[in-house]
Amino acid sequence: MKLLFELNGVPQYLDVEPGERLLRLLRRLGMKSVKEGCGTGDCGACTVLVDGRAVRSCLMVAPQVQGRRVLTLEGLGSVDDPHPLQQAFLDAGAVQCGFCTPGMILVAYELLQGNDDPSPEDVRKAIAGNLCRCTGYVKIADAVLLAARWKQEGKWR
Amino acid sequence: MAVETRHRGAVGQSVTKVDGPSLVAGKPVFTLDHDVPGALVGKILPSPHAHAAIVSIDTAEAEAVPGVRAILHHGNVPRVPYTTAGQGWPEPSPYDTVLFDRKVRFVGDRVAAVAAETEEAAEEALRKIRVEYKVLPAVLSPEEALADGAPVIHDEPDAEGIYDAKHNIVAAVDIPVGDVASALAEAHVTAEATCEIPYSQHAAIEPHGVIAYFDEAGRLVLRTSTQVPFHVRRIVARVVGLDPARIRVIKPRIGGGFGSKQEILLEPVAALLALRTGRPVRMAYSREEVFIASRTRHPMRVAVKLGAGKDGVLQAIDMEVLSNTGAYGAHALTVLSNVGSKTLPLYNKAPHLRFRGKAVYTNLPVAGAYRGYGATQGYFALEVAMDRLAEALGMDPIELRKRNHIRVGETSPIFEKIGEGREGTAQVVRSCALADCLRIGAERIGWKENRGRRREDGPWVHGLGMACAMQGSGITGVDMAAATLVMQDDGSFRLLVGATDLGTGSDTILAQIAAQELGVPVDRVLVYSSDTDFTPFDTGAYASSTTYVSGNAVLRAAQSVHRQILDVAAAALGERPEVLELAEGAVASRKTGRRLTLGEIGHRATYVVDQRQIAATASFTCPESPPPFAAFFCEVAVDRETGVVRVERFVVAADCGVAIHPKAAEGQLEGAILQGIGHALCEEMLFAPSGRCVNAGFFDYKLPSSLDTPRIEAILVPSEEPTGPWGAKSISEIGINGPLPAISNAIYDAVGVRLTRAPFTPERVLLALRAAGK
Repeated sequence: MKLLFELNGVPQYLDVEPGERLLRLLRRLGMKSVKEGCGTGDCGACTVLVDGRAVRSCLMVAPQVQGRRVLTLEGLGSVDDPHPLQQAFLDAGAVQCGFCTPGMILVAYELLQGNDDPSPEDVRKAIAGNLCRCTGYVKIADAVLLAARWKQEGKWR
Repeated sequence: MAVETRHRGAVGQSVTKVDGPSLVAGKPVFTLDHDVPGALVGKILPSPHAHAAIVSIDTAEAEAVPGVRAILHHGNVPRVPYTTAGQGWPEPSPYDTVLFDRKVRFVGDRVAAVAAETEEAAEEALRKIRVEYKVLPAVLSPEEALADGAPVIHDEPDAEGIYDAKHNIVAAVDIPVGDVASALAEAHVTAEATCEIPYSQHAAIEPHGVIAYFDEAGRLVLRTSTQVPFHVRRIVARVVGLDPARIRVIKPRIGGGFGSKQEILLEPVAALLALRTGRPVRMAYSREEVFIASRTRHPMRVAVKLGAGKDGVLQAIDMEVLSNTGAYGAHALTVLSNVGSKTLPLYNKAPHLRFRGKAVYTNLPVAGAYRGYGATQGYFALEVAMDRLAEALGMDPIELRKRNHIRVGETSPIFEKIGEGREGTAQVVRSCALADCLRIGAERIGWKENRGRRREDGPWVHGLGMACAMQGSGITGVDMAAATLVMQDDGSFRLLVGATDLGTGSDTILAQIAAQELGVPVDRVLVYSSDTDFTPFDTGAYASSTTYVSGNAVLRAAQSVHRQILDVAAAALGERPEVLELAEGAVASRKTGRRLTLGEIGHRATYVVDQRQIAATASFTCPESPPPFAAFFCEVAVDRETGVVRVERFVVAADCGVAIHPKAAEGQLEGAILQGIGHALCEEMLFAPSGRCVNAGFFDYKLPSSLDTPRIEAILVPSEEPTGPWGAKSISEIGINGPLPAISNAIYDAVGVRLTRAPFTPERVLLALRAAGK
């Protein structure tokens, strides 16, 4: 079947199998930041934003994004021009292995879109569906709070 | 908290991780992010039985599935006994594994493998392989394994290195020092604890994966999520019968390991499928396969008896271990040995010691290396017993530790008696800030004010607990790391290391170690690691070795390059090297003040006069293994009505020598503490009577989420290890040793019951409260 959707700001019109998982489609399109950690919706490594809301792409089939906007980490910033949230993850030491990082950054992005001044508790709740086995979540939470401060200071684009 | 160091420069700075920018940008840097055109999908058929003989395998129907290109099973694969454990030489784990056997030994054991054009075809083929099994009685606990007449799990005649296969004993140790029995009998006071740890899983968020393909010259390339690329090359070559020179192993970015990737699992299967088909093959474990078919922590029962004088000084420590290695003996002897070797030296005042134990086979998933590597199990029992001893003496638990812990200039006979599956190496402790760790941690948690108060808050009762631990930094007499450092014509550097960064930050730390010596910022050192074609040898990332062992190799290479730079500059400036100084990207003469930048020196050496490559390769073996030390403190709240335990705060004060990268060091502690809290409160693989794991997934096997995580406060307490690179020793494992005993001791402080079987689930806590009439 034909699928039309927007991926990181670029329209896509392509053939998909009706049962193809969104995770597989996105990786097929080169969005390798979308990670498979469990395939059952439990770890959050495959998180992407659909119309601004965090979803697990392993639990969606591709046709569900028909006509919608999908944002993956590739659409947020790049190595040469990182988004402030990506920079905050670097500065806070929030990245160890980096496998959960794309999902973590995207759920944090969703949080900070709607909340400029999150409490530590808000942050803990926002990342609760994303598992990290390296960091104990300490520096990930620090990174989100740092990014929030930068946002309040007008340093976001 | 940042550590202060007297070094200026790259060391001691939390610089941006060298791989950080690509990781936060989501670049395709992990194993399976690499698309190899035309790759087949490889899949494994797991055993449905815990113990069975394979009577026949019929693959005709499976081979007829369109797109199926190869099927491997015991009938068409050479039989080569080996161990999946990626360890140094001589390999201490038994050769009790073959790629495909005529017998299966646990639910999830490898029966056959398929390569097909698509995942769907591979799965369909797996369903169509007809296997006739003769089911055998299964052994589902170490006690059953040791019972008279128990089924023999490894009855194959070609296995090597099993201690007593007929009785399912993989390994046994018995190491006495002095006379423990008499010392215990004569002790003023004794205390004991028997603690049990169940099956638990590393649960790195990246599942194991590998891509096997052929390069332009037809050599086999394995791009794999491994902690041990050089062991992968050696073992795969032997198992698939290929000249090692025909194999290249590349470790890209790895999504966590914690020991689970110190194991050669998918690589030989993918290699053989690629060789049979002449096609690239990609394989990945599903999360369920990671749980049942990768590796786990060794479940253990550890019994500790302590005897002490009136003053609390230990006279005797008796430690006895029963370890369950599951269906194969990967790391069985070495993890068992480590239970004693990494714990008993901590309390070196005791003159009488005995360490004994057995590791036995069962028809359950295979245990292997897991962060802590036996020390975690040992400290659980030792530190609960120490808490009991303090109580029996009426002494503060911190005071008891202070009277017994090892100090600078001291040794323990255990260092020499127990090594990595053989004798160890005598060594003296040259750095130890444990006394500071105890003081600083106790202040931070408010030990004096809050312990023993049993503060109540509705049904919740609060308590405080503590524990101590040490670990090592590499394996003496076994580990070897090498590094090659090359100065480029522009005055920047390339650092080639066999060391394996699993997300720990070791590429960054090794760059810092070189940058410090060379007087340049870290971004002038380009690191390339873990590629058996291009980087020198390294035993791999395990045993808390990389910062110390690989770091020392890097430092030696950098020192040699430093000297070569001075020689070139001396010739250019017409001065003696002794009056020259390398700092801030240039060589300057103390005599004349004349200066040459590294760019000028690199250009001169490469193109102008007396042309040469400024470069050095250095290696480091591990004559001693300096222990890091840590003191752990926690506050828990126990709900007397439901049995729920909440960790409210966790403080760890750790001495890793000089922290090369403080944030990375803290991160190692924070992550290890949370894994330890998981062990203590929620993590346990559960098995049906058939031997099938019933919670092989993140929905049923509970990992701590951010909402289950207390305030974890990691404090780096400085010391300076004279044998370490820039004063550093290890940090990666030690943090996991503290939470089990500290939380158990805190529960006792709160509600007066001892939890000795992990995890401390509400059910177990309630049962303990009922049993104690509370």
